[in-house]
Amino acid sequence: MPKERKLSRREFPDSKKEGDSRIGKEEVKHLAWLARMKLSNKEIDAFSQQLSQILQYFRKIDEVDTEGIEPTYHVLDLTNVFRKDEPRTFPAEEVLRNVPEKKGRYVKAPRMG
Amino acid sequence: MDSFHSYYPLPSRLSVSDLCDAIRRGSIKAEDYMASTLDRIRRVEEKVHAFITIVEESTLLERAREIDRRVRDGKGFLGALAGIPIAVKDLICTKGLRTTCGSRILEGYIPTYNATVIERLEEQGAIILGKTNMDEFAMGSSTEFSYFGPTRNPWDLSRVPGGSSGGSAAAVAALEAPMALGSDTGGSIRCPASFCSVVGLKPTYGLVSRFGLIAYANSLEQIGPMTRTVEDCALLFSHMVGRDPLDSTSVEPPKTVFFSKKDDAMDLVGLKVGIPKEFFGEGIQESVAKTVRKALEKLESLGAQCEETTIPSIQYALPAYYIIAMSEASSNLARYDGLRYGLRVPDRGYGWNTIFAENRRLGFGPEVKRRIILGTYALSAGYFDKYYLKAQKIRTILRMEFQRAFKRFDVLAGPSMPILPFKIGEKVGNPLEMYMCDVDTVPANLTGLPALSLPCGFRNGLPVGIQFMAQAFQEGLIFRVAYALEKSLDLREEPRL
Repeated sequence: MPKERKLSRREFPDSKKEGDSRIGKEEVKHLAWLARMKLSNKEIDAFSQQLSQILQYFRKIDEVDTEGIEPTYHVLDLTNVFRKDEPRTFPAEEVLRNVPEKKGRYVKAPRMG
Repeated sequence: MDSFHSYYPLPSRLSVSDLCDAIRRGSIKAEDYMASTLDRIRRVEEKVHAFITIVEESTLLERAREIDRRVRDGKGFLGALAGIPIAVKDLICTKGLRTTCGSRILEGYIPTYNATVIERLEEQGAIILGKTNMDEFAMGSSTEFSYFGPTRNPWDLSRVPGGSSGGSAAAVAALEAPMALGSDTGGSIRCPASFCSVVGLKPTYGLVSRFGLIAYANSLEQIGPMTRTVEDCALLFSHMVGRDPLDSTSVEPPKTVFFSKKDDAMDLVGLKVGIPKEFFGEGIQESVAKTVRKALEKLESLGAQCEETTIPSIQYALPAYYIIAMSEASSNLARYDGLRYGLRVPDRGYGWNTIFAENRRLGFGPEVKRRIILGTYALSAGYFDKYYLKAQKIRTILRMEFQRAFKRFDVLAGPSMPILPFKIGEKVGNPLEMYMCDVDTVPANLTGLPALSLPCGFRNGLPVGIQFMAQAFQEGLIFRVAYALEKSLDLREEPRL
């Protein structure tokens, strides 16, 4: 049984020089783990090269002067929208049909930790 | 309508609105139409692979017969789309009908509810034919990133249909369905519409409820219609829009989003069309540029005034778009843990984290993994300001530039795609090259503006699309312009299958 890797809260190793947007294999592995994905060695190799190339391209946005510009999180001028908080119910057996592992009417989760 | 039999077995050559009339009058039986649609699917689906799931034949025919009964008896509500089959992209939830998102992780997922747009269309009598193929979680521009294998372009089976709504576009182009639903986060309706020579609209953000649309990037995506004519597109669209209490970003449509072909549609005198030169910039194939320019000349012959303009920040739209889309994706796709639904590896005593990581390793394909990783990176401490926040600021600049352009122009036009449909396998190993295909489509998503792709010609037998953009809620104007150009171009080619 593989040993559980603890979720690391550390920040990324910040030894890289400013302007360097390469993503090394360790970083790919770490990011994937933060997103709870295992990767094969082949994927790690390919992603490290591909993602570095993509990030390099993303850096194009550095050219834009965004001083004093507000971000657009949303294109509509939305104010709070309210509706009645009325629960909608679904037949339990329909919902449970999608649950891959269950015990009776309960969803079975893996062991914590 | 005795022309029906001369059309058989390709009655889907009829426009949706003609078909609606014929079914309501009883001159075409919904059952016969459904049977011929199924016949067409039997003949071409093996080559095209537009669908992931097709509803059982007996169910479809029974639904059609129910419409015919209502017509015959003159009793019961007959909706505006009564008896018309519709193909639905497989990320729109359909109650009791498998919805996979093109992913292994949702291979067996059966929604317990309908998306609002499905409720609306079924209320109008539309019959869901099946669920169409797509890039996994709508991440891709070729439909090659589907767990269920690629869809082929009906015009050239060795080429991609575009993506991510490639199955919907191919189904409509191959006459397997008269109309379809797609979704567009960065061009996923307009790209395949262009590559397959169908009409596709990305509506103004908020017009179509996203309730029941499996989320990829919430602030960018909209469900939209894909059809063979502009009129059909406007008709289908008119039954999709509307405020929905279940989607707090949905809005009530103003009258300007609707289109009626009676609006002296052929007259474009005085219409001001801006041509952002950035749309003809680096990376565009000369054959595409030529075909689009010819269509623009046609537009001028109808009275429109075309003038070159500039929207300088379009060059930053693509990286900004991908940063935002990937960030939203990494957050949205966190829900796929294999607990309540989806792929789940056998327990074997592993712990929580290992099981999740294993479910996601097996459940997600390479493009989804790449985007989750980059999204996680862009949102992480130390990089947030540099990527995500910066991209959102560029979005503001882009919106301002478009607003400025629309002070001078009624619509903006350019190519939908910078290139012709490419070969299957050609770009699948080079993600960045694949992203570059979206350069002309992403501005509409970043700004929330409506954009439509209209077939405008062929080069070497391959379709080319022209894109029209307008101010928010000006779909009616876009339809009017596209309708006039469509009539004037009068393309009659059909894919040979």
